[in-house]
Amino acid sequence: MISNNLLLGDNVMSKIVKLYRTIQFNHRVNKRVNLSRSFGGTLGIFIFLVLISAFMVLPLVYAVIQSLKPLDEIFAYPPRFFVQHPTLDNFRQVLVLTDNLWVPFARYLFNSLFITITGTGIYVFVSSMAAYPLAKAKFFGSSTISILIIWTLMFSGEVTAIPKYIVIAGLGLVDTQWSVILPYLSTTMGVFLMRQFMVASIPDSTLEAARIDGANEYQIFFRIIMPSVKPAWMTLIIFAFKDLWNSGTSAIYIYSEELKGLSAVMSSISTGGLGRTGPASAVAVLMMIPPIVIFLYSQSSVMETMTHSGLK
Amino acid sequence: MKKIQGLSKAELKKNIPYYVLLAPFLILFTVFMLVPVISSIILSLTDFNMVQFPNWVGLDNYVRIFIDDEIFMIALKNTLVYALFSGPIGFILSFVIAWLINELGRATRTIVTLCVYTPALVGNVFFIWQYIFSSDSAGFLNNILIQLGVTSDPIYWLTDTKYNFWIVMIVIIWMSFGSGFLSFIAGLQALDRSYYEAAALDGLRNRWQELYYVTFPQMGPQLLFGAVMSISSAFAVGSVNRALTGFPSTDYSTHTILLHVTDYVDNRYELGYASALSVILLLMMILSWAIIQKVLKKFND
Repeated sequence: MISNNLLLGDNVMSKIVKLYRTIQFNHRVNKRVNLSRSFGGTLGIFIFLVLISAFMVLPLVYAVIQSLKPLDEIFAYPPRFFVQHPTLDNFRQVLVLTDNLWVPFARYLFNSLFITITGTGIYVFVSSMAAYPLAKAKFFGSSTISILIIWTLMFSGEVTAIPKYIVIAGLGLVDTQWSVILPYLSTTMGVFLMRQFMVASIPDSTLEAARIDGANEYQIFFRIIMPSVKPAWMTLIIFAFKDLWNSGTSAIYIYSEELKGLSAVMSSISTGGLGRTGPASAVAVLMMIPPIVIFLYSQSSVMETMTHSGLK
Repeated sequence: MKKIQGLSKAELKKNIPYYVLLAPFLILFTVFMLVPVISSIILSLTDFNMVQFPNWVGLDNYVRIFIDDEIFMIALKNTLVYALFSGPIGFILSFVIAWLINELGRATRTIVTLCVYTPALVGNVFFIWQYIFSSDSAGFLNNILIQLGVTSDPIYWLTDTKYNFWIVMIVIIWMSFGSGFLSFIAGLQALDRSYYEAAALDGLRNRWQELYYVTFPQMGPQLLFGAVMSISSAFAVGSVNRALTGFPSTDYSTHTILLHVTDYVDNRYELGYASALSVILLLMMILSWAIIQKVLKKFND
């Protein structure tokens, strides 16, 4: 019974065989002939990679499957892993469940979008502006600031949430969406990655030439720097998007239901026990689609940027 | 005065545009990063409770934490165990996976990258593990175990102190393949091929030697970055525990310093005490960063 449920389809098997062949092929064309791997070694690596990928993805696949199950299949005993009669009922159910809350679903969605888009936009802009002088100029304080940025790379998010509370309260930001956006703008990952990218990809001679032509620093920043660091923008966009979109835990200072985002819906539905598995999984699926899509779209830019992420 | 580099009048004037460009970030950084950290150091020396004006109490909070607070000792132990396991395991596995997929074709590399990175990318969807480890007999894992005849009664994975600590550990490791992992992949892809050819001519015998003598030294900067990212997530353990095992968990079995801080702020309003706890956590992170930096630098020379 169980093996039936968990058995992979033929389709998947044939893909695995194909994947294995490409690994072998890549080894054959490898120029470092004296470092070739044994058949057993290749097989071992292949199995390891498949296992680890399965471990990583299975919970997410499980969420997708649960979100498509009708109620009787979620409660079926013994439960089946795969869905027999897929339905979108759970997604409709999310709307019904949020109707019973005070605020309509669209409001949560709007709040999430507002926090994410506003925050991401400002983050990319502010980080790029700060990165240019740090990458390309020496002035009083520049090296101190650079060192501080690296040291605070690890203080992102929750570790400083409580200390931040005092400032947030002092500025009267409690119970506003700015209590999520503004603290996020102070995290240094954006400036760091942007600076590294500028150091590596923009030659000083270009800037010198522009200065000789009479461009001032602002013109250089907007006309030369910004257009040539697009991969770094894309990277900052996906990083900021994922952090702000998932900002359930840092949204602890928003108390009004009508200001909360989708993660609030997710946590209130998911605490409803097994009976809520379907709708909770449906929200989870809705939550994970945007970051995955944006990452897929921007992943070559991300890789290009992360090449320069090293700490020297 | 004029001797200090970049502080003469002419220099300052020339540098004005740089300060203008830096200003928005610097203001935000000061207000939401420096001020909170510094003020929590100061508040940790007071008895601030959000209502009365704080009194200076010196190191009293720290003394209380280490002498009177038994729950802190549990939280400290748990935080250290989480950090010492999930940090290095996430770091090493990230590198191993990045290294293994480095020579695969572009499509395969992208697929594995996406699979491994997605849990970190989708963040708080981790609550789905709650259904996998549900204590119900219809829970995913319990159901499999019952059908296989391993157990006849459902196991209370998330409330039984025998299991819940390590389940949280699994979920934390599951989420730990973040930007450090991406940095390793990108760094390995950008390595200079000519080093490998030269090393092969010099008589490198196997892949382990190649890894040790050629790859590691070149990957130093990425390894340092990955270490910072690992520290950042390994010590900030709290929200996963809270969502999966409840707050407080059975006998504080998954209690961490971060949760202890939240407890003192949300339930007891003892901000001075909570600040002292935060400072201890930050000090632990800085200390481990200093150690790792030393070790990796030595290794790279």
